[in-house]
This record gives sequence, structure tokens and C-alpha cells, in this order.
Amino acid sequence: MVAQLTALERTYAAIILVVVICVGVAMAVVGRGDLLAVHGWIVAAYGMAVMVVLLRGIDASEPWEERFREYYDDPTRVGIILSLIWGVIAMAVGVWVAALLAWPDLTFDAAWASFGRLRPVHTSGVIFGFGGNALIATSFHVLQRTTRARLPDQLSPWFVLLGYNLFCVMAATGYFMGMTQSKEYAEPEWYADLWLVVVWVVYFLIYIRTLARRREPHIYVANWYYMAFILVVAILHIVNNLAVPVSIGHAKSYALFSGVQDAMTQWWYGHNAVAFFLTAGFLGMLYYYLPKRAGRPIYSYRMSIISFWGITFMYMWAGSHHLHYTALPHWVQTLGMVFSLVLLVPSWASAGNALLTLNGAWHKVRDDAVLRFMMLAAIFYGIATFEGSFMAIRAVNSLSHYTDWTVGHVHAGALGWVAMITFGSLYALVPWMWKRPALYSAKLVEVHFWLALSGTVVYVFSMWNSGIIQGLMWRTYDQNGTLAYSFLDTLVAMHPYYIARTFGGLLFLAGAVVAFYNVWMTISRPAPIDEGAAADLPVEPPAPRAWAQAGE
Amino acid sequence: MFNFHYRLERNAMGLVLAIIVVASIGGLIEIAPLFTIDETVEDAPDMRVYTPLELAGRNIYIREGCYACHSQMIRTLRDEVERYGPYSLAVESKYDHPMLWGSKRTGPDIARLGGKYSNEWHVAHLYNPRDLVPESKMPAYRWLLRNSLEIDDLGEHLAAMRAVGVPYTDEMIENATADAYGQANPDSGQAAGVAERYGDATNVSLFDGKPETLTEMDAVVAYLQILGRLTDAARQAEQAKVE
Ligand code: HEM
Ligand code: HEM
Repeated sequence: MVAQLTALERTYAAIILVVVICVGVAMAVVGRGDLLAVHGWIVAAYGMAVMVVLLRGIDASEPWEERFREYYDDPTRVGIILSLIWGVIAMAVGVWVAALLAWPDLTFDAAWASFGRLRPVHTSGVIFGFGGNALIATSFHVLQRTTRARLPDQLSPWFVLLGYNLFCVMAATGYFMGMTQSKEYAEPEWYADLWLVVVWVVYFLIYIRTLARRREPHIYVANWYYMAFILVVAILHIVNNLAVPVSIGHAKSYALFSGVQDAMTQWWYGHNAVAFFLTAGFLGMLYYYLPKRAGRPIYSYRMSIISFWGITFMYMWAGSHHLHYTALPHWVQTLGMVFSLVLLVPSWASAGNALLTLNGAWHKVRDDAVLRFMMLAAIFYGIATFEGSFMAIRAVNSLSHYTDWTVGHVHAGALGWVAMITFGSLYALVPWMWKRPALYSAKLVEVHFWLALSGTVVYVFSMWNSGIIQGLMWRTYDQNGTLAYSFLDTLVAMHPYYIARTFGGLLFLAGAVVAFYNVWMTISRPAPIDEGAAADLPVEPPAPRAWAQAGE
Repeated sequence: MFNFHYRLERNAMGLVLAIIVVASIGGLIEIAPLFTIDETVEDAPDMRVYTPLELAGRNIYIREGCYACHSQMIRTLRDEVERYGPYSLAVESKYDHPMLWGSKRTGPDIARLGGKYSNEWHVAHLYNPRDLVPESKMPAYRWLLRNSLEIDDLGEHLAAMRAVGVPYTDEMIENATADAYGQANPDSGQAAGVAERYGDATNVSLFDGKPETLTEMDAVVAYLQILGRLTDAARQAEQAKVE
């Protein structure tokens, strides 16, 4: 990999790493006696590990000038693997967290292993580790293919990918140690937040520099979404994380805003993390990989335009539906509700556009589990957004808020939409990236598909049941006009569903492990020669080709 | 319109600017006025700030992720008011940087928890919830009793809180460490200062029952006992409505 960097880039890389290591050591020194020091050492160790990789390849011959006639895919390859590793780990933590809600003593008498610390490891791990790495990896791939231009240089994509993973490592290790701002999906402390801003600026510059060199006059839809993802996440991240640290030697900080203003800012952030991280970025994937895999152009260009701008504009108003009936002023709640309802139009336009693209390729959907993953993702996207708009209605939210109905909705989106489109896209991408004729096993993709679908269905249905039962029990009155059920009564009623959810999660996790195995075997073996699994796809002989000599 | 877009798509910077402008509108219109419209946050002249010990407890509450299962926001719904008490007012979290309203009730709302149970109950419950409530899903927080509380830097914490707008006085900041100690040791010389600075109603008590050491348990229980009691505004508002 280092062989692909020019001598100058290797020098810059070394300088950056020295700076990172120094910053790590400095954090360790000023943060003596505080957990900040632990993070300092983690940063320094991370920098050194990357430095070792760099130094081992530092003498490799420089890449040829012809490289500009090829795309630069090394960061994408590494990003795919990182995404799958994070996915398996974070989903395993998800299953553990789910089990703890069924059997709360299924843990150790240690602070790091308690529910409150594991839960953000799960949420950040899946959203940022699994989802974020997949977004970065695919965005580099899509960007180059749709602009027909190579990334502007070889160093900055590595900076983004590895820098981003450093952020994820700080996030996850921090939660285990109890370092958190408590803001959902924005838990990491101030120094990690500052670092993410640096990484994100470089990410944006890669995008804009590549677009500037594009050989296609038009910027393709997928890139609008990736750009919205990058830009809006930057805005949200900066505003929601404004805080004053106790001192530069403390990891702990105090949020700039308080009370109702902080709540509104947090849920403006939170809902749009859903919109621009979990939706816009993944719609970028959908708009590229689904038509590509189906071999058909996107059904309607106009529908793409309407849904893109509709989503970009309206989502930003909808955050207040997280605060219905709270101390947030009524007019803001109403605005949030109205925009959430109208939001269904652009959302369904996207889902519909994807499904109509498949019209005429249904036989492929039937035979190809990879394409079926993408189709299912579009369907779940439609379901989750319909459900979301419904839950945003004040009266409905009075029932659903604070209950497992929200968790069910989250995972209809997260498992059904985010994870499915990610797996589908990665399955499509892996053979292209490693120049293999096909995946190691199409049967395993099929197995994964059914594990993922059944896991999602079990998960979502058990949470719908548990949530609606709890919501109804909370508001049930007996004949005397007093509340009929205690809080504990609801816990007892929900217990079976918690067990079912854990089982559903286990199925989903098993699917992710199968995916990891399948990808790993695809990469590590040259190609299946005569196995039945690959026979239903066009098999090319695994002859050595130019790419194999390029020093990869 | 589509023709315009056809041109916009050919201009990367144009697209970037358009995205930023279009996406900024909603947040600006919904968030900015919350800082300027006076009615957003009610007046509560009796509102006091967290003592250093309570703040330390609040930070442990955050550290352990308690907010993931407990809300501190009673909605304006009849059943919630009957179950938990008067609905929450904006002013009650005025000094909460960040707010801990929560989004999921795996456990009950605790916005009005203060004073509902004894200190002993809380200590036993945090040590092992299932000793008191067999059906509970809550983790056991045994280490709170084992860990001694870090109080040396509480002055810096108060100063940071002041930097974001909480009215801590110089005196409070200077005496933060002593006040934290005094609040959990009623018989000590430091106890008197706490009432002096934070009001006579402040809960000065042997929270974890052990005078020798100041543990994290002391801080957490002190925090739990102040929930909903920084101001009486919510109870008064309800009273006013009844009359
Ligand atoms: C193996 C699969 C998974 C299992 C077993 C699982 C389990 C859980 C559990 C038990 C919770 C806590 C719910 C609570 O506090 O009541 C949770 C929360 C959450 N999970 Fe997962 N999860 C899985 C996969 C995913 C994936 C793939 C994503 C995202 C791409 C995701 C995103 C989230 C989010 C955003 C929350 C927070 C929900 C909220 O605050 O309302 N999960 N998950
Ligand atoms: C039109 C689109 C959507 C609307 C209007 C919408 C609306 C909502 C509503 C009303 C809630 C409950 C808030 C509460 O009571 O606390 C919610 C929660 C949530 N939704 Fe959606 N949703 C939409 C799409 C999605 C999608 C596609 C995902 C993808 C994963 C998603 C992920 C989440 C998450 C993670 C939460 C939980 C936040 C938390 O409490 O921590 N939503 N959404």
C-alpha cells in the first residue's frame, strides 16, 4: 500500500504521524491523573502503529506516472474490511446489550461492562464504525467512477480513513472508561470532536478537488447525496458539540447550551444524524450500486431531484418531533410535526425511484441475493420513513415516545435499511475491488440474506409489541379512575419480547459473521475454479492481469 | 426548474452552496428564537445551582449512561403527571449543561425523584437493584461504593460551568472541594459553609452512611435527592392551576 504513495507523500505522511504521536504524548502529559492521559497514549500508539506500516514500505519503488490512468482504490479496500470488522464487533455488543435487558445480571461486576457504557459502544460502533467506514469506502469508489477522475492524491484519502477510525477508536474506548458528553450519537468528548472536524475538512476537500477534475460535465445524483452527507454532518457536528472543557488537562467538558435550547440543538442534530448520516450517505450508495447491479438506469431523474432537495430542506425542520409534549415551546413542536409529515413525499420518492428502477429486472432480483439485499433495503427505507412520519404526529408520539416502539423504528431503519444497503453494496463492490470474477460463495450470500431478513423481522416485531404494550399500559385507568398498572407491571409484560429481540439480534449478527467470512475468503483465495457456488455467475479464468503487477 | 437544476449540477461549488443554504434554514428558524423569546424559559427566582457534590454526582450519572434508560422530562399528559408528578418546566433544566431529558424509559422517569426515597434505599438500590425490586432491569452499580470520589478539581468544574453561564460565585468556586466534603459529612467543620452558600434547604447528610470516606455513592445519591428540587416553580404552577 505504501508503494502507491510518492516519495513526497511518504514524507508528508511521516510528518503527520510524528505530529499525531506528539499530540498523543502531549495529551498524556497534560492529562496526568485524568482519563485524558489514557486517550493520549491510545493516540500515540495508533500513530506509531501506522508509522510502523509506513516505515516498512518506505523504500519501495515509487509508483509510475501511469497511475493517473487508473483509479485509486486502496483506501476503499481497507475501508471495506474495517467496516465489516466494526460491524461484527458492534453488533455483538448489540446482542449483549439486548441480553442485558432480558437478563440484567449477565455481566461482570465491572464498570466498563455495564449497560450504560456498552450501549453507546453499540450505537457508535454500528453507526460510525460500520456505517461510516462503509460510507467513506464507497464514496471514494463512487466519486471516481462517476467523475471518471482519479482521487487528487494518494495521501489525503488515507488521512481521512485512518483519521476517522482514530476518532471511532477514541469514541468506543472512551465509553468503556466512562468518557461521554451524554448527547446521543455525539458522545465523544471535545478533543475527539475537534479531531473529527480536521478529518472532515480534508474529506470535503478530496470531494471538491476530485469534482474539479471530473471528465463528466454533470455531477451524478449519488454525489449530491454524499456531498450533502459531508457538508451537513459538518454543520451539525460543530454546532451540537460546542462545549467548554474543564481545562485542557481534563477530558470532561460542559455543553455550551443548557436545558431547552440544548434539547432542541441535540435533537436537531440527532434527527439529522439520521437524515444525513444514516439516510443521505446511504442513498448515495443506493443510487450508484442498485442501478449498476440491476444493469438499468435510474428510473426517473426528476424524482431524484425532487427527493434530494426535499430531504435536504425538510429534514432539518423535523428534529423537534423528538420533543413532543415536553417543555419545548408548542410552535416548534408543531413545525417539527408538519415537516415530518411532508417529509414522507421525498422519502417515498427515493424508495419508489429505487424500486421502479428494478422494474424489468425482477428476474435478477429473484436470482441474485446481492441485488435482493438492495431491493429489501429500499422497501425497509419506505417502511421506516412511513413509520417515522406516523410517529411524528403528536398524538401517536404520546404513545410511542419513551417506549420500545422507538427502538423498533430505529432498527427497522438501521437493520432493514442501513445494514441491508451496506451489505448489498459491499457484496457488489468486493469482487470489483479485488478483481475477482465473483464472491467466494453466492450460497453464503443467500444464507446471509435470510438470516438478515428473519433477524430484522423478529427484532422489529418484538419491539413493536413490547413498545405498544408498554405505552398502552402506562395510560390505562381502572374503573376508579386511577392508573391501572405500575411501572413494574410493564417490565414483566415486556420480558418475553426482550428475549425474542435478543434472538433476532443473534440471527442478524450471525449473518454479519457470514458476510465477513465470505468477503475474507473472496479476498484470500484467488478464485473458485469449479465450485458450484460460482457457477451461476459468469466465471472468467483467474488469469494474472495488469493490476497484479502494479505492486498491490 | 429542471433546466435550472441541469445547470446547477454542472457546478460543484454552486451545488455546495445550495446545499448549505437549503439545509441551514430549518435550524435557524427553530433554534435561534429559543434564545431570544422570553417566554421560552419561565422565571424562577428561587432556583439554585447544583452544589459541587451534586454536580459530581451528575457527572457520574452521565458517565454511567443512566440517561440511556431514565428520562427527566415529564410530559404534559394526564397519566404522566399522575404517575410522576407535575410536568417539567423549561426553567428546571436551565442549569443543565447538557440537559438530560432522555429519550427512552427503560426505567421510570426520575425528574421528581428527589426526596421520594431515603438515602439508605438509594444506596441499597444502586448496590443491587434486584434486592429491593426483583423485576428490575437496572444494572448493579457496586463500584460506586468502592470508588472514592475525586473532589480536588471541583473548583475547575464550577469555573467551567460559570463559563457557560451558570451563576457560580467566586466564593463557591474557591470552596468547591471543602463544600463537597462538608455536604457528605454533617459533623465536619466544612458542613456549615454548604448551607451558607447554597441555602439552608440544602441536603447535608451522610449519603452513603459511612463518615470515613467520600465515595462516588455519596455524590450520586446527593444528586438523585436534588432531582426536581432546585426550584419549586413546577409545583407552584400546578398549585396555581388547581386554585
Ligand atoms: C445484531 C444486531 C443488533 C442488535 C441486537 C441491536 C440491539 C440494540 C439494543 C438492545 C439497543 C438498546 C435499546 C434500548 O436501550 O432499549 C440498541 C440501540 C440502538 N441501536 Fe441497535 N442493535 C443491532 C444492530 C444495529 C444496527 C446495525 C444499527 C445501525 C446501523 C443500530 C443502531 C442502534 C441505535 C441508533 C440505537 C439507539 C436507539 C435509541 O436511542 O432509541 N443497531 N440496539
Ligand atoms: C421520514 C423519515 C423519518 C421520520 C419522520 C422519522 C421520525 C422519527 C420519530 C418521530 C422518532 C421518535 C422520536 C421520539 O419519540 O423520541 C424517530 C426516532 C428515530 N429514528 Fe426516525 N424517522 C424517519 C426515518 C428514519 C430512518 C430512515 C432511520 C434510519 C435508521 C431513522 C432512525 C431513527 C433513530 C435512530 C431514532 C431514535 C432517536 C433516539 O431517540 O435516540 N429514522 N424517528
